[in-house]
Amino acid sequence: MKPAAALLVVLMGAVVGLQAVHEGRGGRPSADSPNLLYVRSPEAMQRLALSYEALLADVYWIRTVQHFGGTRRSTDPGKRYDLLYPLLDLTTSLDPLFNIAYQFGSLFLAEPPPGGPGRPELAIALLQKGLQVQPDKWEFAQQIGFVHYWWRKDYTEAAAWFRLAAEMPGAPFWLTSMAAVTLAEGGNRQSSRLLWSEIARSEYEWFHNEAQRRLQQLDALDQIDQLQAAADAFEQRFGREAAAWDDLRRAGYLYGTPADPTGVLYRIASGVVGLGPGSRLFPLPVESARPPQ
Amino acid sequence: MRMIGQVAVNVFKESVRDKVLYNLVAFAVLLIAVSYLLGQLTAGQDVKIIKDLGLAAIATFGLFIAVFIGIGLVWKEVERRSIYSLLSKPVRRSEFILGKYAGLVLTLLVNVSVMTAAFYAVLAYLDTQFSDSVRAAWPAPATDPGMLRAIGLIFVELMLVTAVALFLSTFSSPFLSAALTFGLWVIGHFNTDLRNFEAVVESPAAAYLARGLYYVLPNFAAFDIKAQVVHALPVEPSYIATTAVYGAVYVAFLLTGAVVVFSRRDFK
Repeated sequence: MKPAAALLVVLMGAVVGLQAVHEGRGGRPSADSPNLLYVRSPEAMQRLALSYEALLADVYWIRTVQHFGGTRRSTDPGKRYDLLYPLLDLTTSLDPLFNIAYQFGSLFLAEPPPGGPGRPELAIALLQKGLQVQPDKWEFAQQIGFVHYWWRKDYTEAAAWFRLAAEMPGAPFWLTSMAAVTLAEGGNRQSSRLLWSEIARSEYEWFHNEAQRRLQQLDALDQIDQLQAAADAFEQRFGREAAAWDDLRRAGYLYGTPADPTGVLYRIASGVVGLGPGSRLFPLPVESARPPQ
Repeated sequence: MRMIGQVAVNVFKESVRDKVLYNLVAFAVLLIAVSYLLGQLTAGQDVKIIKDLGLAAIATFGLFIAVFIGIGLVWKEVERRSIYSLLSKPVRRSEFILGKYAGLVLTLLVNVSVMTAAFYAVLAYLDTQFSDSVRAAWPAPATDPGMLRAIGLIFVELMLVTAVALFLSTFSSPFLSAALTFGLWVIGHFNTDLRNFEAVVESPAAAYLARGLYYVLPNFAAFDIKAQVVHALPVEPSYIATTAVYGAVYVAFLLTGAVVVFSRRDFK
């Protein structure tokens, strides 16, 4: 018995050692792409799932989160989010009541590159698919308005969706005022802050964190405006662009080195103020001029 | 009745001796491991996924037990020739078949009960890991007793699968019985397609045949209300009652068939 046990230990040790060698050499030669989705048809997958639709939806949801997170973190300049919509489509077809897949998925899809694929039209299509299943789900209508507001800068359409959401059963009272504010002041930072503040109340950690980041971006835009005003004043007074924060400090415009809300120092170059390298607030949202009414 | 009980208890003891209950350990390890690993992967959907996984695992573990033990209930006795000594005792063939069936159903009942308890224990633990505001957003509490309705129908489905396997094993080999039982289980989940067959074929005969099969083959899809209970959707008590009665009647039909076939078998 003892020799057999010793042999087992030796063999297992050899297996672990060989696996380590294998790993050290970079593993199995790649024969396929990780960005591969064998079945893209939701109808086919629904049939193949037998009675395991909900479980398969969970598996596709986990793949969605991994695909989005993995691609977002990738440093590859040519990174793409090709599988994001097909994965979300499969998830929501297998489990049409998987609410979080619609809500998170639309934010994932709408996010512009490099943080996402920048496909707000797919985000809206996904949410409308959710509304077909649950026509009274005010959260989906609100989110469609939100996509129109934040990523398409279409404030009229956004206000219409907020109004529609406000009329749905169980909708919070503030949606009515949000619709009015969007129509009157859409595009300004204050109304954007109002939107993100509501989302920051979410019980879902990802939504909460994302909203906090967006609010910090809005704060950063305010701070950059103030710093830029100081840099412009410096240029007018001294007839040259500020090359570094030291110039503004010596001239009495600043008392220290300014940092963004995440603690990363702002950058100034040729009189232009921007986020410092490595700031997780990058890229700041592009603010478009509100079209005339 | 006493004889049926004795055969059933023997089947249960044999399944314990055959280490069938070891699957409970696998079930518990699976749930605990997955619930531990999920947090990082699911963007806050741990409880939903554990519910889906737990219910699917109860159904799957039960299905494998029902098929692989069900097909051997009669065949093993014939193969070991113990059937001769059994039938020489005051045991009627019908009592033998019904006892075998009851024994496996008892094994399944113990399995499903323990798996259910482990499932609720893992969910109760997960429940403590979330704040009140997160819990308020769930469609149902983590330990929602409403899930017992789905587990109840899973159990009736397993009773039906066992009856199918036992019926087939009275006249065919274990391999063929297993293949046919799994085949019927799969077809039973495509039942809706059989009903709507006339929409995709032009031949009225093929459409009638498909419609006939729709009514005759066991409708396993009807027992699946897992998604409904996880999303806390209403499931009418009358639906559950009708489905359970449907399962019971089908089981009675298959057991009657098994008794008839087995009674006519010649073991000389």
